[in-house]
Amino acid sequence: MSVRQPMPAQPADVRAHNFKEVALGYTQEQAVAEAERCIECKNPQCVKGCPVNIDIPAFIKSMKTSDFDSAIDKIKETNSLPAVCGRVCPQETQCEMYCILGKKEEPVAIGRLERFCADYELEKGVKAPQRAPPTGKHVAVVGSGPAGLAAASDLAKEGHEVTMFEALHSAGGVLIYGIPEFRLPKDIVQEEVDYIGQLGVDMKPGYVIGKIKTIDELKNEFDAIFLGTGAGLPNFMGIDGENLNGVYSANEFLTRVNLMKAYQFPEYDTPIKKGKHVIVVGGGNVAMDAARCALRLGADEVSIVYRRSDEELPARREEIEHAKEEGIVFRLLTNPVKILGDEKLMVTGAECVKMELGEPDDSGRRRPQVIEGSEHVVYADIVIMAIGTSPNPLIFEGAEGLEASKWGTIIVDEAGMTSIDGVCAGGDVVTGAATVISAMGAGKLAASTINEYLE
Amino acid sequence: MTYDILEKYEMVPTVHLMKIRAPDVAKAAKAGQFIILRINETGERIPLTIADFNVDEGYVTIIFQEMGKTTKQLAKLTTDDKLQDFVGPLGQPSKIEKLGTVVLVGGGVGVAPIYPQAKAYREAGNKVISIIGARSEDLLILEDEMRNESDELYITTDDGSKGHHGFVTDIVLDLLEGDEAVDRIVAIGPPIMMRAVAGVVEPFDVETLVSLNPVMVDGTGMCGGCRVLIDGETKFACVDGPEFDARKVDFNLMMSRLGLYRPEEAEAVEVYEKECESETGCGGGCTCQ
Repeated sequence: MSVRQPMPAQPADVRAHNFKEVALGYTQEQAVAEAERCIECKNPQCVKGCPVNIDIPAFIKSMKTSDFDSAIDKIKETNSLPAVCGRVCPQETQCEMYCILGKKEEPVAIGRLERFCADYELEKGVKAPQRAPPTGKHVAVVGSGPAGLAAASDLAKEGHEVTMFEALHSAGGVLIYGIPEFRLPKDIVQEEVDYIGQLGVDMKPGYVIGKIKTIDELKNEFDAIFLGTGAGLPNFMGIDGENLNGVYSANEFLTRVNLMKAYQFPEYDTPIKKGKHVIVVGGGNVAMDAARCALRLGADEVSIVYRRSDEELPARREEIEHAKEEGIVFRLLTNPVKILGDEKLMVTGAECVKMELGEPDDSGRRRPQVIEGSEHVVYADIVIMAIGTSPNPLIFEGAEGLEASKWGTIIVDEAGMTSIDGVCAGGDVVTGAATVISAMGAGKLAASTINEYLE
Repeated sequence: MTYDILEKYEMVPTVHLMKIRAPDVAKAAKAGQFIILRINETGERIPLTIADFNVDEGYVTIIFQEMGKTTKQLAKLTTDDKLQDFVGPLGQPSKIEKLGTVVLVGGGVGVAPIYPQAKAYREAGNKVISIIGARSEDLLILEDEMRNESDELYITTDDGSKGHHGFVTDIVLDLLEGDEAVDRIVAIGPPIMMRAVAGVVEPFDVETLVSLNPVMVDGTGMCGGCRVLIDGETKFACVDGPEFDARKVDFNLMMSRLGLYRPEEAEAVEVYEKECESETGCGGGCTCQ
């Protein structure tokens, strides 16, 4: 039996007070030792768990002989954002879930190995990527998040002229505004975005498609279009008091902290309210991110309020464990029914009820039910709603014939083509909020569909 | 990508006009919409209603009053400087249509966003009656421009230094009580003025719109910071607005939310002014040199 190399990390009591990266990455010795755990099975299953089909056995094999250059080349054949994926992919439900070692012991730490190779290359200087000869075709990519970056990268490599439109002032989408610095450093994202730029992709930040130009107008200027606009519209619960001062959507809270760097106020101009007692409603990765940001901003107590039990928390186990280590309080089987405020309309807390789990619902998870008479107040000066996001309807303004589902997502066929010929879509705007890597997979699929369409 | 400042001057004390080169924004802009700008890498994103735009010359005009750090910093920029970001047009355009008689009310720096509406309503064939107000004569902006675009123009000042001694609402009430039918009122200005207009029109059956400018970050519906309560329903001013039915707006909530960051704004101004005053300065980062 071989033991999986542990990930070096900042101690919980230290990192709870800074925004620096939590997981520090393997040393070279650790990386080689972990790679050596791979038994090179005849029929490797790991690849089928990877939405972008990285040749995992091949890159790990190169690592065994410390040939990290070959390893990163192999990864980059199919994945343009390895430093990002190595950090934020839920490997435990993807590649690592299929690793044969996982049946008896812990699977090979594929994600950590990917991160090591990516960081190795970033430190050394990234090689300029290869491009096919120009095709003379112009493709618009709308949205610069994981789906858009993956699509733009593949399309540019094929020799198409790619213009990428981004509504915010920096490229990266959720990688920039959503995922915090301590989980995904922004200079890492910038390096990955720069790599896409080296492929000749023309970045247009501050361009809100649907406003400055519509899809109908883009159709006249470009031979094909990819829509990767994500799921950026925050959901609220629709309960009393949600508009009180001090109630944030997780999107706003995280955008202020991550994109606008409010944690460095007043050095950076964007302010944020630093609560002493913070409640985060929701149990996904976004809720964990918001809670851990609130803690780092200096809160005395941050609690996650989630209506189901620990087992159903949708966040990655690693994130939940990290949050617990840092001292985040988990108020499980608890649901707010009303946000409370004072006469100045400042939030003072949330009236909550206790829940119990009943029969499984459509999603297979046991349905939470209110326990009668369990009303109680959780005091707070900041409440953050992290209960999900929906696609932004802006993209439909001036998009004649673009079909949407009743949830506001764009409808596509199995190749990623929308109801408009030559317009593909992928990522959260199609699936609703999901993972970075599934969005990248959709971006790559759409890129190959666009390639065929342009031939 | 950066944005050139083509022209910039102080219209009246603390109120400045700036023309920004942004041809694509100008091409798409319509009356009632706004932009979001950021001065530099450490700057915040602030929304400003479009005061004018010129498609042929490819610029957008903004008019702003020095309030917080960002507007104070903006006031010090010259045509040698550039803006880091200039995003727009954002929000829903005003629903300009031929109605008959339209009364446009602008208070303080709110006259700026009223000006393109006056042009648009006139072009659509309406009789435009404008009321513009300020604390005093020396703070009144766009008087000549508004006169050119209006069939009738009323001026009010709080101190009586020009025009009617009193508030814009006094004239609104006179017009509503007069013989001429009014088909729509659009009022833009400080929240307290818009709330007063909403109060005055209450007994009359005249459609009245106000343009809200709450705190926002992205301006595309992503943050929800600009939540306003309209007839008991939560709306995002950036994508559902900025114009709403005056009678349905919960002004108390909106004004309270506008004040949320007042302590931080004061702190930012204090730090900024200290930097500007100090001998070493800020190393030129604030561009006030």
